[in-house]
Amino acid sequence: MVKATRKPLEEIFGMVRGFTRVLVVGCGGCTSVCMAGGQKETLELADELAECARHARVPQQYACFVAERQCSREFLDDMEERVENCDCLLSLACGAGAGLMADAYAAVPVFPALNTMFIGADLDVGLYEERCRTCGQCVLGDTGGICPVTRCSKGSLNGPCGGTQQDGSCELGDGIHCAWHDIYDRLKGQGRVESMMVIRPPMDWMEKGPRTLVQRGFEGRYAK
Amino acid sequence: MRSGSNLEKVLAAGHFAVTAELGPPAGADTEPVRRKAELLRGAVDAVNVTDNQTAVVRMSSVAVSSLLVQMGIEPVMQMVCRDRNRIAMQSDIFGASALGIRNLTCLSGDHQKFGNQAGAKKVYDIDSVQLVAMVKRLRDEKRVLDSDEDFAGTVPMLIGVAANPFAQPYEFRALRLAKKVAAGADYAQTQCVFDVPRFAEWMKAVRELGLHTRCSILAGVTPLKSAGMARYMAQSVPGISIPEQILKRMNDAPRGKAAETGLAICREIVEQLRAIEGVAGIHIMAVEWEQKVREIVEGAGLLPRPSV
Repeated sequence: MVKATRKPLEEIFGMVRGFTRVLVVGCGGCTSVCMAGGQKETLELADELAECARHARVPQQYACFVAERQCSREFLDDMEERVENCDCLLSLACGAGAGLMADAYAAVPVFPALNTMFIGADLDVGLYEERCRTCGQCVLGDTGGICPVTRCSKGSLNGPCGGTQQDGSCELGDGIHCAWHDIYDRLKGQGRVESMMVIRPPMDWMEKGPRTLVQRGFEGRYAK
Repeated sequence: MRSGSNLEKVLAAGHFAVTAELGPPAGADTEPVRRKAELLRGAVDAVNVTDNQTAVVRMSSVAVSSLLVQMGIEPVMQMVCRDRNRIAMQSDIFGASALGIRNLTCLSGDHQKFGNQAGAKKVYDIDSVQLVAMVKRLRDEKRVLDSDEDFAGTVPMLIGVAANPFAQPYEFRALRLAKKVAAGADYAQTQCVFDVPRFAEWMKAVRELGLHTRCSILAGVTPLKSAGMARYMAQSVPGISIPEQILKRMNDAPRGKAAETGLAICREIVEQLRAIEGVAGIHIMAVEWEQKVREIVEGAGLLPRPSV
């Protein structure tokens, strides 16, 4: 899922302190799961901001709302009345959610309370690791489920660079494992090292503007 | 001949080749380039020009290589995948050809974290194996990537790669070179060798794969200046292995004799490397110590360099 983390309080207060009525909007999707933008975090942030406002003697009112998912238009319609009674929106969704909310309420300033970090897996409670760069050409089947695009510091598609250290860590150190070292170990364990011998051609990075996806089965609905 | 470069001719004639590294200056003054190049003139068959090594901003490898061409010294231009996408790389390769550069070593490049631009966006649009294949396509098929159209002119480049026998996973390192050879590598310059037995083991695997007959292996050597440098390289430079016994020799060298000891170790290593079947030459990386290269080559009995 998408992983996000809250911006520093001072930065958030700096964005909204010029507005009297602030609607703090949480998200019940990914940012709720990673404990950055769910109901609990939304209420906490509103309290902390109200405290900042009192301290700075800024007359402000904070209200809260948690959308089921900010990245879906249908759930944003539920908050229309509340938006009419606020001067700005503060989003605790990922960038996609905050952006879609800004589209839905284009007349109202929307500010992000979170920094969206990556698509990652839960290693433990509150501990996440990036696992996917959304390249759109998944190679996990050939690399033992370890993503070279995401995990190799140089995004190499054809094996380890010369920087792998004696203990199998990446040249960057900091406890980062060499992705290709891990790929080699895993494929060796599965008896499929030969899959590393295939020369992968350059990727099409698909950097041709924001990507749109029409899901299988919905082609007819969105035919131009 | 693929490139007609001096390095290619020396290798084709069966001579034991010698290349050395020249690090461009971290500035716009050409004087250090000329000074270092003169130290290497006649001592080596070609001079590697590094491409923003350790990710520190330096004079570009294509510009410094061009300066060497003007001086009548053959460059080996290094190109890393860190800083340029496929458009810029192919463009620079056309430019390098136009400037008379005939050898190109294709590398991943040190991560930007190590240099003076740690916040830079890395590129890695293509990787080093893909770069090799791209240069080969430019040279042999006269096509840029994803194009069926001929271009005018030629790209006569001898294609080089790096190989590191000392990095994990050891067992994969000869296979990694096999991929680069399959992609089109004509020569390989290895990480500096201190651990000769491990290097010999890697060479055995290279011979078993028959790579040495398709790709000339130039073994990397680095003279150690001091015990401190030896320790630093052993501990802090990724992918370098220095046996304890060499560290001890450097450490035990009498005051003022460390450099001499380092050069003696280097000479011994060169001698051992020459005895390994399939080693076609050496690549000397004397970091900011270019004035010792001639001495190393001479001490190994490899002067004068062949004229081919």
